[in-house]
Amino acid sequence: MTSLTVNGDPMTLEGTTVADLVAQLQLQGRRLAVEVNRDIVPKSEHGQHRLYDGDVVEIVHAIGGG
Amino acid sequence: MSDPLHIAGKTYQSRLLIGTGKYKDFEETRQAVEASGAEIVTVAVRRTNLGQEPGEPNLLDFVTPDKYTILPNTAGCFNAEDAVRTCKLARELLDGHKLVKLEVLGDQKTLYPNIAHTVRAAQQLVDDGFDVMVYTNDDPIVARELEDMGCVSVMPLGSLIGSGLGVLNPHNLLLIMEEAKVPIIVDAGVGTPSDATLAMELGCDGILMNSAIAHARNPVLMASAMKKAIEAGREGLLAGRMPKRAFANPSSPSEGLVS
Repeated sequence: MTSLTVNGDPMTLEGTTVADLVAQLQLQGRRLAVEVNRDIVPKSEHGQHRLYDGDVVEIVHAIGGG
Repeated sequence: MSDPLHIAGKTYQSRLLIGTGKYKDFEETRQAVEASGAEIVTVAVRRTNLGQEPGEPNLLDFVTPDKYTILPNTAGCFNAEDAVRTCKLARELLDGHKLVKLEVLGDQKTLYPNIAHTVRAAQQLVDDGFDVMVYTNDDPIVARELEDMGCVSVMPLGSLIGSGLGVLNPHNLLLIMEEAKVPIIVDAGVGTPSDATLAMELGCDGILMNSAIAHARNPVLMASAMKKAIEAGREGLLAGRMPKRAFANPSSPSEGLVS
């Protein structure tokens, strides 16, 4: 179990990687971008990138804007 | 008549760029974009809602990157650092896409651009390989600086974002356009089709708008009106207006009148 902050809220991750987090949030297959501790984690690395206690994660997507 | 707009090596037939904010739902957004004929469509980058159901609709399912050039913006950023960070997230989100709309705002009340931060962010983004379309004020010296540092388009405001007040200082736009070698796109302020036509008659290369369409009583109809307004203004510019004169000049021949 890993304690993270995701999009500003505390969260407990049951797996170990960014891909596990995306799956836990039921966001698989969605068009999004992930940042861990202010560094982008490319999609190709989601499966390998390990998350650790205290990591700060941002998950973003595109919404309407001008 | 073929009169394409060139931005960052791509060719566009439409000179109307539109935003996707403030619509009732994604279906209305899709219909308005379609009716506008726009090929470049702006989006914002925001935190994903973590409580959502799987399969919840996504904007990019309605306005798809295979059909449109998606132009992610940095709206809501009030400093260079946040704007650069947002562009990097957008690049990852859109699979390495380099075209971005940079806007660094000064305050909530005016949403006027913070030029010092805009220039700093633009330089960092250009250095990092982004194609930067930059929202700025209508200062010709600033516009020149942004062009010189490598921005692919300079986008001065017509008036404040979301104000619908039209182009308040056409003379400054003329000063900017006289020197510019990159497309000058009026970003913000256009409220009506006639505002759009006037801006195009001045010689702007295109117009980016959102509220004028999304906040119309009938957004899809207004999108269609704006498409025509921009085409009319552009064709009018290319056709060249008649000279103004102080006194009348009859359109019908003066000879051969029955007497």
